[in-house]
Amino acid sequence: MEQLIIFLVLLTLGFGFGRLNERRHFASIRQREQQYSHLLCFSFRHLPQGCHSEGQLVTGSVVVSIDYFKRIAAGLRGLLGGRITAYETLVERARREAVLRMKAEAEQLGASKVINVKLETASVFKNAQETVGAVEVVAYGTALR
Amino acid sequence: MIISNIETIPNKAIREHLGMVQGNTVRAKHMGKDILAGLKNIVGGELSAYTELLNEARQEATDRMIVQAQSMGANAVINVRFSTSSISSGAAELFVYGTAVKVD
Repeated sequence: MEQLIIFLVLLTLGFGFGRLNERRHFASIRQREQQYSHLLCFSFRHLPQGCHSEGQLVTGSVVVSIDYFKRIAAGLRGLLGGRITAYETLVERARREAVLRMKAEAEQLGASKVINVKLETASVFKNAQETVGAVEVVAYGTALR
Repeated sequence: MIISNIETIPNKAIREHLGMVQGNTVRAKHMGKDILAGLKNIVGGELSAYTELLNEARQEATDRMIVQAQSMGANAVINVRFSTSSISSGAAELFVYGTAVKVD
């Protein structure tokens, strides 16, 4: 009985705060994406015409964790198969945040664009059941003036 | 030392290729931070302690790569790649590699 109560409390906490957290995070991501919209990111690696800067490596990384409710929901989804939206939003948040941090670093260097952007995802927090707890995303590229 | 993840250094000619250089580090999680992260895991969101830890580790790996490149007499590292892998449930390996070159 006690275990059930703890489980339900965790589930509600995860649902409530997780949702709030995620909404706030997405709002801040959208706001900062607007702010850095002048800084363009490209995934090609060739230098644009008439580029006269040296280029410098910039990186941005973030570790984002999934909440308790979503972890349970994803586990249930795993039984049925199909899209696991809980994880989709997790990695989306992490990627967009990592790119934004990279852009912030590029902005500090006075860059106008970042080329050859690469994204690397790794799951860093696994518990005993080997379920994904958190993902780390690194975004890196070469900043040009 | 110029670090770049494209194959050239803009406006500079590559004089010599000196081969691949690499740097890595394996970091384990800090006990106190681990407990906090465990709590944070209930509500979700960014685990800033881990972000910091991995950033430090990545910087360290990059520094090791730079030291290796310097010992080879290089003044730039091009085509740099980052890679992360979790070795066990408690540790992560950060790996950086690139090509050491001499530019003028």
